[in-house]
Amino acid sequence: MTIGDLMKLTAEGFGETLYMTFVSTASAYLIGMPIGLILTVTDKDGIKPNPLVNGIIGFIVNVLRSVPFIILLIAVMPITRAIVGTTIGSSATVVPLVIAAAPYIARMVESSVKEVDRGVIEASLSMGASPFQIVYKVLLPEARPSLLLGAAITTTTILSYSAMAGVVGGGGLGDIAIRYGYHRKQTDIMIVMVVVLVAIVQVLQAAGNWISRRNDKRIR
Amino acid sequence: MQEDYIIQVRDLHKTFHTNNGSIVVLDNINISIKRGEIFGIIGLSGAGKSTLVRCMNLLEKPTSGSVIVDGRDLTSLSESELRRERQSIGMIFQGYNLLMQRTALDNVCFPLEIAGVKKKEARTKARQLLETVGLADKEKAYPAQLSGGQKQRVAIARALATNPKVLLCDEITSALDPTTTQSILALLKDLNQKLGVTIVVITHEMKVIERICNRVAIIDRSHIEEIGTVDEVFRRPNSAAARKLLYERSENIEKFTGNGKLLRLVFDGSSADRPIIAEMVLKCGTLVNIAFADTKNIHGKIYGQMLLQLPEDPVAVNRILSYLDSEHISYQEEA
Repeated sequence: MTIGDLMKLTAEGFGETLYMTFVSTASAYLIGMPIGLILTVTDKDGIKPNPLVNGIIGFIVNVLRSVPFIILLIAVMPITRAIVGTTIGSSATVVPLVIAAAPYIARMVESSVKEVDRGVIEASLSMGASPFQIVYKVLLPEARPSLLLGAAITTTTILSYSAMAGVVGGGGLGDIAIRYGYHRKQTDIMIVMVVVLVAIVQVLQAAGNWISRRNDKRIR
Repeated sequence: MQEDYIIQVRDLHKTFHTNNGSIVVLDNINISIKRGEIFGIIGLSGAGKSTLVRCMNLLEKPTSGSVIVDGRDLTSLSESELRRERQSIGMIFQGYNLLMQRTALDNVCFPLEIAGVKKKEARTKARQLLETVGLADKEKAYPAQLSGGQKQRVAIARALATNPKVLLCDEITSALDPTTTQSILALLKDLNQKLGVTIVVITHEMKVIERICNRVAIIDRSHIEEIGTVDEVFRRPNSAAARKLLYERSENIEKFTGNGKLLRLVFDGSSADRPIIAEMVLKCGTLVNIAFADTKNIHGKIYGQMLLQLPEDPVAVNRILSYLDSEHISYQEEA
């Protein structure tokens, strides 16, 4: 393989990895964020305690989180086929990634939002704020720095999950690393892919930290 | 005519259920607060005073009894009615409870947003209020950039934004230094006079009550021990709890006295502002030791107490006692 071929291969994997990571993260947030908020609000110390709802959703989240991703990847294939039309390729990997990441995000959001000072919520209640107003005017804005940090951690976690997609013929850098490095014993190509993955994680995490700090008004 | 009460707490009980059984926090509380007054509720920590004030806007749901604010029984309202009613009851907290990710101005706008006031209108109102509390130049500052006193001023402005009828203050000066405490109390008194807003102050500090309150309730171990004007309660504390709060500082100092009998003089606001002890010493021709003295000037009258160590000569003691009688100063001999 020439350097040119390697460059082309890397660029292709890089694009696919970013595509899978960002589409999955965004979609998973659309599902996971509301679930996390419901978990917070219905908690026994929340603004609208509801043990039944909290118990059921909490149970589902825990079950999904305890299934190893590699198994989930295969188990949800019928769903993937129904949604994307195929079980192979980057788009097909997005489905299991979203299913795995949404419950994870729900817990991340829940823990971020629970950091919001109880006193501030109480003050809002004393002003006559409704539960909905408290969620979008108090909990989300006040937890913003922590939510952003959580998003950086989530994105890098989804990135590393996406690397497993190669096992079922997904795409991306992980797929290339497994195909060339493991099946064809071309260790050098595998190392290149891993280095690129490491670089992406570093950049994403640093960017997340920076954005979170910039958004935190508690810092003078 | 019937008194115009803005808050009436009737037969209020509150019990907390914990894993170790039930704890009665408030037991048969009855309080009526007049429109426009500054009403103090004082008690040591654990007495139930914070729970009581939180029952006044139903942040804490009473186990039984009613809370009537401006003629409406809060315990009978639906959730949305209660939310609307809460907009006319401002609350300030010991820990400020400001939104840390909002500027001072946006914090004051917050209750207006909740009430559905247009943004432009809200900003104008918030600017006026920041000016009222003396923070016109800090509107763009975030809470993290403000001092404790400044944060509490923002919290006061915020509580006033919806033109509340009542301002509930839960230990609002307890985290502040004495100078800042004085300026916050002066601000409250000023707002009470200018806006006519009724203020309920919860505190464990007697000096807060002295400084701004018209009437005071003393709460001890879940009960209201005594309610009256600050003058009355300071002059004739009926309950042990009141005496404890009033004389708290003197109790330690007694130990440091010597042999002679101790006499506690009580100044009840009626004695003239002149050097009574010096006159007594001159007229009776005998010396006394002042073991302790604590007098306060409340609304221009002298209140307080003094602990004298009397001479051992019984004749001199009699002369002193008859002098005090002639001056109408109440006293009692200490064991």
